[in-house]
Amino acid sequence: MAPDEKKAPYTVQIGPVHPALKEPVMFTFEMDGEQVKTVDFAPGQTHRGIEWMGMRRNPVQIVHLTDRICGICGVVHTLSFSLAVEQIAEIQVPERADYIRSILHEFERIQSHLLWAGVAAHELGFDSLLHLTWRVREQAMDVIENLTGNRVNYGIVQVGGVRRDIAPEQHPIIETCLSTYEGLLEKLLNLFLEDRTIAMRCRDCGILTRKDAIELCTVGPTARASGVNVDLRQDYPYAAYGDLDVRAILPEQYIGETHGDVYDRIVVRLLEVGQSCQIIRQCLSEIPAGPITAEEKLAKLLAICKKAQGEAIGRVEAPRGECLHYVRMDGKDSPTAWKVKASSYSNLMSWIPMLKGEQIADIPIIVASIDPCLSCTDRVAVVQDGIRTILTKEHLHRLSVEKTRRLQR
Amino acid sequence: MTPAGIAVLLGWGIFLSLFALAGGLFLLGIDRKLAAHMQARIGPPIRQPFIDIVKLLQKENVVPENAISGIFNLAPVIALASSILILFYLPVGSILPILGMYGDLVLVMYLLTVPALAMVAGGFASGSPYATVGAQREMVTMIAYEFPLAIVVIGVAWRIGAAGLSSPFALATIAATPIWTVVGPLGLIGAFILLLVLAVVTPAELSRIPFDTQEAETELAGGLLVEYSGRNLAMFYLAQGVKTLILAAVIVAIFFPWNLSGFLAMPPWLALPADLLFFLAKAIVVLFFAVTLVRVGMARFRITQVVSIYWRSLSVIGLFGLILLMADAALPALVGVGS
Repeated sequence: MAPDEKKAPYTVQIGPVHPALKEPVMFTFEMDGEQVKTVDFAPGQTHRGIEWMGMRRNPVQIVHLTDRICGICGVVHTLSFSLAVEQIAEIQVPERADYIRSILHEFERIQSHLLWAGVAAHELGFDSLLHLTWRVREQAMDVIENLTGNRVNYGIVQVGGVRRDIAPEQHPIIETCLSTYEGLLEKLLNLFLEDRTIAMRCRDCGILTRKDAIELCTVGPTARASGVNVDLRQDYPYAAYGDLDVRAILPEQYIGETHGDVYDRIVVRLLEVGQSCQIIRQCLSEIPAGPITAEEKLAKLLAICKKAQGEAIGRVEAPRGECLHYVRMDGKDSPTAWKVKASSYSNLMSWIPMLKGEQIADIPIIVASIDPCLSCTDRVAVVQDGIRTILTKEHLHRLSVEKTRRLQR
Repeated sequence: MTPAGIAVLLGWGIFLSLFALAGGLFLLGIDRKLAAHMQARIGPPIRQPFIDIVKLLQKENVVPENAISGIFNLAPVIALASSILILFYLPVGSILPILGMYGDLVLVMYLLTVPALAMVAGGFASGSPYATVGAQREMVTMIAYEFPLAIVVIGVAWRIGAAGLSSPFALATIAATPIWTVVGPLGLIGAFILLLVLAVVTPAELSRIPFDTQEAETELAGGLLVEYSGRNLAMFYLAQGVKTLILAAVIVAIFFPWNLSGFLAMPPWLALPADLLFFLAKAIVVLFFAVTLVRVGMARFRITQVVSIYWRSLSVIGLFGLILLMADAALPALVGVGS
């Protein structure tokens, strides 16, 4: 018997509900003492069948359903769905609407990253920082409420434009918020990055190498923290980003090297808050006058969507990475196909290389470090005769071949 | 001992137990309130721990199916009883240790491990992987902080002994002759270093951030206590309160033993409550710096980091303090030889 076979490794299950997890997912860890040997996880605990609901509605209604896919990324999902439908129906979005979309998109990024920073601090047991960041975050929420009327589920983006304009008297409100954040950013960077305990816990913990990050197709801050230069706003500009100066934020710009660890993910996200402030400021100074929607009358808009035929993909750089909506319309009320691929879907698999060999104590912060959004991700739950089964690749392939045959008939 | 003596002892024992329970919960409430204010929150009212206890006592007491129910139920009782017992060996305000003739600081040091051991036993008996990991961590933490704690106890007692006082380990002696009064300038620095070491040991004894790995909410969902509920949890919570009071009492007894009645002349009926209040005030100040301030300003350590901090950094610092104290005692003698 080999010496390490003598120690009986034990299993620790974290989830589906656990204080370390903000959303349900089931982890199974094979442990050796305090060290993680193998990791397995099973998402699918928070599937709500939103796509199914969407297939029975028209695009104008679906936009507001997509708002509810995620509590944080309201603009992201509405925008990427709208982008897809607009491509199919060949709707030209007015420029002013594009700028307003970008402004809201960036405010959403600010509040999402600050929310994440608070969660990360809590996972590390640093509750003071949690309370501080969440108090600071309120200001972004207030501005979002001022601009859209809602704190969450904004309901501002619609097919062909946006539903509310930004009035000139709202500019100073946005400006105050931005300058507060720019002043605060230095303090936040100092608190998170100079703190000894945070550095002790996060440096070289949960490493994702550049190679792994590319092979696992990670997106967003998770990929950028590993040194992969990807950002849809820079690579495939949408909305107003073509006119704006956006460069992907990489950790080496700040500290001169890339470790691909939790610390780098904190660096990337905090710097992106500052970047978002700059983008909003640029948007405000360059925003052109004009209408805010291509078609004001909803009945007319519906008629246009109804006639539309074809398929398209709407891609958006969410706070967590690329979010993608695939829509196919065949001249009917509701789309023939609608598929959501949220950013976390691409990032979840990076948990496995990150968690292997780490300590129990680091599980919460590593799990949180990719900013998982499981309600965005869960698109399917297979239950047959009351038993949840795992579908293998072969099985799925067979099913898809069967479906293709059925469609061809 | 005469029957009357036993009755008096019992009376004091009951009084001290009640004081320990109420005072401990009060200290927990103060800690929560202060932490909340530092985190820009309003925080719960100071009586919140009392409300929690009342609520917990009304709740169902669940024993998991795969737990060893005997040990599982016994652990909280032992933890609470042993915590209260320690207080009988410690001076509280102007009340001298009521069992002082039966035990000294070394016994207190041993007794301090009993509540922790009871929690370990309870954790292992819970039959939950979280509790098991928590119990292992508690043991490791205990081993880690025991050495610096011993350095402090021995350092102080040895210096008092070197000053020519008999029975230096007895808490009555330590309380009567504050360490600051017997040492020279070197010893002052040494004693201050030992005070810092004891202050750093305190959060680990009380399993507070940054040394709360054994309960770590986000990692182990409460760790040792994960399976406890109702009456058992209430007892652990009370034990936590009493332990908080005791740790403060130990620091106060060794380093700040002064009483109000020593400075101001007052009638005996006033001296007792005044000294008790003064004791609580000292305890609040000590806990504010040793526990509240630290837990607000830091993140949780990994268990490996806890061990290296205590064994390497803190032990070296403690030994340095000890050497300073020894040098302080030896120096006058050496100078005397030289002249």
